[in-house]
Amino acid sequence: MAIDVVEPDRRDFLTLAAGTFVAVGGAISLWPFIDQMNIDAGAQSLASIEIDIAPVVVGQAITVMWRNKPVFIRHRTKEEIEKALAVDVKDLPDDIARNEGLPASALATDGNRTKPGHENWLIMVGICTHLGCIPKGQTLSDKRGDFDGWFCPCHGSHYDTAGRIRKGPAPRNLEVPIYEFITKTKIKIG
Amino acid sequence: MAAHESTCVPKSRFGKWMDVRLPIGRLVHDQLVDFPTPRNLNYLWTFGSILSFFLMLQILTGIVLAMHYQPSAADAFDSVVRIDRDVNFGWLLRPLHAVGASMFFLAVYIHIFRGLYYGSYKAPREILWIIGVLIFVAMMAAAFLGYSLPWGQMSFWAVTVITNLFSSLDDVIPGLGTTVVQWLWGGYSVTGVTLNRFFSLHYLLPFVIVGLVGLHIWALHVVGQNNPTGVDIKTKSDAVTFYPYATSKDAVGIFGFMILFLWFVFFLPDYLGHADNYIPADPLVTPPHIVPEWYFLPYYAILRAIPSKLFGVIAIFSSLGVLLFVPWLDTSLVRSTKYRPFYKWFFWLLVLSCLALGYLGSKPADGAYVIWARVFTAYYFAHFLIVLPLMGLIERPKRVPGSITEDVLGPEGTAGAAATGKKG
Amino acid sequence: MKRLVPTSGFAAIMTAVMLFAGTDPVLAAEEHAPQHVERLDWSFAGVGGQYDRAQLQRGFQVFQQVCTACHGLKYVRFGNLADSGGPQFPLDAVKALAASWPYQITDGPNNEGKMVERLPGLADPIVGPYKNDKEARSVQGGALPPDLSLIVKARGVESHAPWYTHWFWMLADIATAYQEGGADYIYALLTGYEDAPAGAELAEGMYYNAAFPGHQMVMSPPLSKDFFIEYQPDSGATGSLDQNAKDVTAFLAWAADPRLDTRKRLGWQVLLYLLITTLLLYAVKKRIWARVKH
Repeated sequence: MAIDVVEPDRRDFLTLAAGTFVAVGGAISLWPFIDQMNIDAGAQSLASIEIDIAPVVVGQAITVMWRNKPVFIRHRTKEEIEKALAVDVKDLPDDIARNEGLPASALATDGNRTKPGHENWLIMVGICTHLGCIPKGQTLSDKRGDFDGWFCPCHGSHYDTAGRIRKGPAPRNLEVPIYEFITKTKIKIG
Repeated sequence: MAAHESTCVPKSRFGKWMDVRLPIGRLVHDQLVDFPTPRNLNYLWTFGSILSFFLMLQILTGIVLAMHYQPSAADAFDSVVRIDRDVNFGWLLRPLHAVGASMFFLAVYIHIFRGLYYGSYKAPREILWIIGVLIFVAMMAAAFLGYSLPWGQMSFWAVTVITNLFSSLDDVIPGLGTTVVQWLWGGYSVTGVTLNRFFSLHYLLPFVIVGLVGLHIWALHVVGQNNPTGVDIKTKSDAVTFYPYATSKDAVGIFGFMILFLWFVFFLPDYLGHADNYIPADPLVTPPHIVPEWYFLPYYAILRAIPSKLFGVIAIFSSLGVLLFVPWLDTSLVRSTKYRPFYKWFFWLLVLSCLALGYLGSKPADGAYVIWARVFTAYYFAHFLIVLPLMGLIERPKRVPGSITEDVLGPEGTAGAAATGKKG
Repeated sequence: MKRLVPTSGFAAIMTAVMLFAGTDPVLAAEEHAPQHVERLDWSFAGVGGQYDRAQLQRGFQVFQQVCTACHGLKYVRFGNLADSGGPQFPLDAVKALAASWPYQITDGPNNEGKMVERLPGLADPIVGPYKNDKEARSVQGGALPPDLSLIVKARGVESHAPWYTHWFWMLADIATAYQEGGADYIYALLTGYEDAPAGAELAEGMYYNAAFPGHQMVMSPPLSKDFFIEYQPDSGATGSLDQNAKDVTAFLAWAADPRLDTRKRLGWQVLLYLLITTLLLYAVKKRIWARVKH
């Protein structure tokens, strides 16, 4: 009774084929369980926002929320702009502009951190590039660090008046999002 | 745990080192590789594995759904809609969980009726059976709690109606029922507070079920599997090893059952649910015809068959409770219904009653529907309380084969197997 | 293989239990007034059905010109109208549509602490005229025009088959993947307005509808033989009551189940995979069990 008459090759092939099918199917079906944690369609569709910046007087700054991130909008003074222009890009810890609206290789000049004709406005995502804290410097009473820009209290990163990292552990300049001026006093972020 | 002598011989040095400290390898080898399995099991015996598969799938899909679900009255419905529309693969994961619950019940019903037919509850499998009943009850609780979560009209009114069952305790001790119900609700009616606790418990119960399943499998491996003849394994030739025999068959069972399951998931994701649950919960409007999910319909029919509130509730709980006593209610000397020419008919009558109760549970509770629900409810209880004890005394069973091997090979084959004695 | 018999017997019976339960007694019509709802041949029906993009576009036109007078579509974003698998209008057209939508989004509070009304954008829901249910009820004389995002899923048709054929129709529905009861009902409702038959009492301000449970409906006929939407010449169909009703129903079916196309397409791939794997596993099992008689 029950003698294995089948040539072993065929059985091995069958077992291998079935095993492969189960393994590959099992592996592929993991994908929905992983992908569900990615950003969903609702969050991806989050709109751009429009902001009226007319009320922000010279020397003041406001913070707005965009994609649940704080965006710093500072109306810079003449001195602040001059200070930022005076820095040689070669001396910066991070010499890349980090401006989403410019090529990735653009240098971190003050002009590359702002829009031509609107140099008095500095608009950046207000998240420290070190570990994600919100730097201080938006209100007049805040400590603004050694370079009169922003200072991150978590681990002591100093940003200058163009939002560039000058001192401390943060590796990159504050990120400039995509934005445009719709009118002279109205911007659209995103 | 072992019902058979361990044949595990660790080969590697690490294996030997582990074996004297935490013999997991030995456990797996003895229980999942070398475990003696009756050679005559049919595909109905693959449902244990199918159920384990569904338990794991429900937990896995449940965990990922909980990442997107919000258990508050204001957000629950919207968060479920968002899962369907916006979450990556949410349109697949939610039906996997919802249809998965239905298929879990379909599989457990087949598993239970298989046990009833082949007498798998009879000595020495009483504890195995009782743990099984407890798993079934825990599944029902988990399913009911889970059904409340989308917070649609059916969810809301199912919670209201089912929790109100406990208000019948007012008929026993005045005030007791109201106290219990308000304790369950955390308010004067079903609210977001209720939803929040139901979510918590819904997340807890599956792990209770996992524990019970562990005990169920432990008990199974102490007494060994029953088989279509109901005759115990006596010699080596009665059994095959769990691996690869049972595992290869279980794999076919699981994948075969998945075809049915995924047919519903992909092509009929809403078929087993109710359209009203796509209307957000409204405490001011009860849907014209509220019905539970299909797997609760027989119990719902029993509830409505009884004109008294208290006794209706007692009947529902008794219909489950009676299952606990089945091992002692059955007086038959043989296990398998295969050898019980008369009881066989009564078994199918029980199946028919459950099907009929399911149908009646989906119909309005009036007229002939109620009358028929009473008839079938009466038979349901009579089957366990009268037929099962009496048939064992009256009926003369057919001849039961002397061994599993004899059943498979016939009397001559048994002699051959005993002579060669190598198979299994 | 003789042992397959009890297996399939069991399975058939348990499937039958499930089928019994599967009927949707949702719109339980009053016993005395059966609803009149017929099954239509939808492009998205059954196991292989997909939406007809041109039909969804026409359906949106009807929705926009007729339904939005009272109803919103709050779970659908304007941007979704450009999604593939839907009407798939060009993104620029959808932007323009949102910018010219008659109803505004309440947003805020702004820096002065006030709520503001603004035009919707791509990420905003397709809003109706009412800010909330209470406003809707007060304007509509107590009746609530429901949001239509999920209406096709939230409606169904009860089977009236007697018990002895019930199971057969359910098996047939499962085998053919019939899940279009909601769409059938909405179409029947839109085309179901007629003169009340003799003897039927109609309350003040109600309309007789053959498909509506109880037949008395507070919604006035949104479309009729004399009032329907004309389509563009290149839209693939000519306007009529029947065509409008079909198209807007198809559009609402998409709104309720925007992932249908993807789901059915992936479904076939998965089932094919399962079928092949099951057969392979069965072959393996047969080989293994060939070593013992069983």
